[in-house]
Amino acid sequence: MKELNKVMPYLLLAPSVVFLVFFFFSPFVETFFIAFKNAEGGYGLHSFRKMYDDLNFFVALKNTIFLLFAVVPLQLVLAVWMSLTLRKIKKFRGAILYIWTIPLGISDLAAGIIWLSILTERGYLNTIFLNLGFIEKPELWLSYEHPLLLFAAVAIAEIWRSLALVLLIIIAGLQLIPKEYDEAADVFGAGAFRKLFRVTLPLLKPSIQSALILRSILALEVFAVAVAIGGTNLPVLASEAYNWMANYLDYGVASAYALVLLALSIISTLGYLFFLRTPADAA
Amino acid sequence: MRKKAILYYGLGIFFCLSVLLPIYFLIVLSVSGRDAVYAWPKIFYVANLDWSMFRFFFEVEGVTRAMFNSVLVASLTVVFAIGLGTPAAYALARYNFFGKNFYRIAILFTRAFPVAILALPLTVRFINLGIYDTIWAVVIVHTALALPFSILIQSNLFQSVPKELEEAAWLLGCTKLQAFFKIMLPICMPSVAATAIFAFIISWNEVFAAAVLTVKNRTLTAFLISQISESPLFFQITGSFFLVIPTLFFIFIVRKYLFSLWGITNK
Amino acid sequence: MKNLLLNILSAKYFFLAMLMGLGLTAFSFAEVVFYSTQMRPVEEAKKIREKVLANFSGNVDFVPDETPIWITKIQAENKTGKVTVSLLGGLHGDFSPVASALDNVDDVLGKISGNNIVDTFVKTGKLGGNSQKYIPWAQATYIMAAHKDALAYLPKGADVNALSYNQLAQWGQNMEEALGERKIGFPAGPKGLMHRFFQGYLYPSFTDGVVRTFKSKNAENMWAKFRRFWHQSVSPRSTSFNNMSEHLLSGEVLVAFDHTARLIPAFNERPNDFVAFPAPSAQYGRGFMAVIVGLAIPKGAPERTEASDLIRYLTSKEAQLTVLEEIGFFPIIDIELPSNLPKGTQLAGDAVSLQSSSSDALPALLPSGLGTKGGEFSKVYKDTFETIVFRNANISKVLEAQAKKLTAIMQESGASCWAPDAPSKGPCPVK
Repeated sequence: MKELNKVMPYLLLAPSVVFLVFFFFSPFVETFFIAFKNAEGGYGLHSFRKMYDDLNFFVALKNTIFLLFAVVPLQLVLAVWMSLTLRKIKKFRGAILYIWTIPLGISDLAAGIIWLSILTERGYLNTIFLNLGFIEKPELWLSYEHPLLLFAAVAIAEIWRSLALVLLIIIAGLQLIPKEYDEAADVFGAGAFRKLFRVTLPLLKPSIQSALILRSILALEVFAVAVAIGGTNLPVLASEAYNWMANYLDYGVASAYALVLLALSIISTLGYLFFLRTPADAA
Repeated sequence: MRKKAILYYGLGIFFCLSVLLPIYFLIVLSVSGRDAVYAWPKIFYVANLDWSMFRFFFEVEGVTRAMFNSVLVASLTVVFAIGLGTPAAYALARYNFFGKNFYRIAILFTRAFPVAILALPLTVRFINLGIYDTIWAVVIVHTALALPFSILIQSNLFQSVPKELEEAAWLLGCTKLQAFFKIMLPICMPSVAATAIFAFIISWNEVFAAAVLTVKNRTLTAFLISQISESPLFFQITGSFFLVIPTLFFIFIVRKYLFSLWGITNK
Repeated sequence: MKNLLLNILSAKYFFLAMLMGLGLTAFSFAEVVFYSTQMRPVEEAKKIREKVLANFSGNVDFVPDETPIWITKIQAENKTGKVTVSLLGGLHGDFSPVASALDNVDDVLGKISGNNIVDTFVKTGKLGGNSQKYIPWAQATYIMAAHKDALAYLPKGADVNALSYNQLAQWGQNMEEALGERKIGFPAGPKGLMHRFFQGYLYPSFTDGVVRTFKSKNAENMWAKFRRFWHQSVSPRSTSFNNMSEHLLSGEVLVAFDHTARLIPAFNERPNDFVAFPAPSAQYGRGFMAVIVGLAIPKGAPERTEASDLIRYLTSKEAQLTVLEEIGFFPIIDIELPSNLPKGTQLAGDAVSLQSSSSDALPALLPSGLGTKGGEFSKVYKDTFETIVFRNANISKVLEAQAKKLTAIMQESGASCWAPDAPSKGPCPVK
């Protein structure tokens, strides 16, 4: 019995391990080989140099990082705000929560197209502006001439699409906070903001940390939204990786881009782990 | 107090509207016909119902097959993600063993990896296996994407079931396997189902791998992305409509479990 | 305890076996898979299936795909010997990277001699070798289109059928001044064919070359002019346009450049609203590019006989005319065009023949011999355009930097020059 207890967990893990090794980790390792392979067959930085020299590399890097900074913090603030609001709502709580989480199931591709149809020249936003008297004829916002607006449009679509994820993690975290803390703070007469910053947020730290980690990784991978709304005007790292693979058939450069993405993911994750660390008592 | 309630509900409704309006516009556009897509100024409601976009969409060859493939791929992904994930999740939840933390971290690590590049070396591997351009190729990649979620989510679900329940069953003479099927599974069934739907959504929405690994046996997303940049806006809108609508139902079904799915990620 | 394990395992295998059974029913078809880089846009593909292939006696599955994926797939099938595709459709340049995977089709060519394919087209199908690698199927080119409302703003004395680039610029400026909007459109979106404009139209017209003259003095002047033109007259939405007929119909632009097949839908929908006309000219002539679409059979094709029947059908007069009427690719066989063509097709057809027969016509060939570097080659032109026009960079510096990349691409692929560049021995040099 005891023997089996020792072997059992490994037996249970075995199928998933075999699967992931074969279909996840080994292709992952292969990517390194592809990225560092030179044209002549040896290994070196050829692909990285080509990526570095490319017109779009720094633009894509900049766009990706800026999007991360524009999207993730705003999502966090909105999510905390929404979940605190939800705490005060008793009736229709379920319905409201369902509606708020709908975008969780919406693909980035569809989200990009939806927002394109709203923000485009003859879209709904301009119709509203027309009715309000801001504009007289279709105005073009999403073009290379308004890089900031283009960027904002992508950011809005991205926030809309993936806010639900952050929201869920935060709400779940809030539920773990015992009501007593809240009440204690009330007893001591703490104001709403004081309570938020002194009690709620510190207690939410683990949830905030995991929300930030997960969302940042996903934000770095932004692809379909940027392509659908920005076309070629807003290159991001993932779209460049795709282009180098699908259009220029250079797997080396594509893999180099992927490794840059990976590096950024790891840096951001380590950053959150470090700056938002909590005592390691909980299992 | 009353004023505050109004404020909270006002905020609640405001956030609801910001989620729903874009989807509402999508639906209005989808059933208003081609001309409405290019119309200026836009009308905010369905002026006259026009199914021509749907007709066009379904007349395009490959659409129905792609939809069928999408459902099939997503269902198979669910089966594999649950089938491979449940034992692993149980092991994580109930056993202490050497390498447990390493396994956990390795699984978490899969999230930090850009999906796009996974498909690249796999293309070659699948060609050698002879399953390139079959739904199996897509199923495998989607399983690789959904499996980590399935494992982590389920292990937390299992952990939340008091161990005593199972132990009581053992004392009453159940084998471990029986205890698992008679105690754990019934308790966790709804949440496992939610995990399953989540895996379904992952697969349903995945674009890149599906597009790279298939040519003939496309899923709906792969079909759309291969056509989308060369198809008129109204076709893209109908395509999005069919991508979005099913997920409204899925999220509705799993709405109660979304927390147990996501709340646990901070462990 | 062993039983327990067995239980787990057998339950699992049973489950898997059930699934396998379920999944296998999903794919079992027997037909000619026709895999093409052309006629990709949904509406074109739909017409190929419903109007062209429907009249063929056999069963055909038409699968359009993007060139790079098309190349990967063909190479993959060739490598593993598991060939599922029986017929390939692609541009001349698409076939060269997969030449070794193509079966010789001399026998097919023999069988269809009655179809009267124009000889010059047949020759290009040998891909420089001795045996026939592909059989020409259709041709297309790029022309200009304008809404009739735009004609009022034509500069004085300009003939729309013999326009120069200076006049086009003036035209655009007139429209901008009168309408307050920039109304000329180019397909510079992610899937647009803008690069062909540089390779087949702008560079030949202004420099009499594409590769050799890439960073010449003429090229510098050309880019300076084009940048001014773009900011004065070209719709800023152009960078998201992939298919100009959509934007002509919606009125977003009044004048546009695009592939014939991507303009004809607009002509056919409102033939009385539009005019079609040749591309403009500059000091070296009226540069234009013709595109040949060919058909090939991969080695080991599962349905070779059926595929060769399909080739015979597709090169027949009936099918050639249907392709022209429905999707705007022109015949490669020697026939008189009937007078009862759809009005829109007629419009385009007239502009095409005006373009190729104009006194200053300067035909440019499609890039060839680039192998898998075709995408990167086009990227050089798109990047040059983007840096110069959108990032307002120093023209000679950009050309210098991009010329290095261009040289590397020519060296790596070993492609020799094509018209209008003077022929070269070995890789085409960038002067």
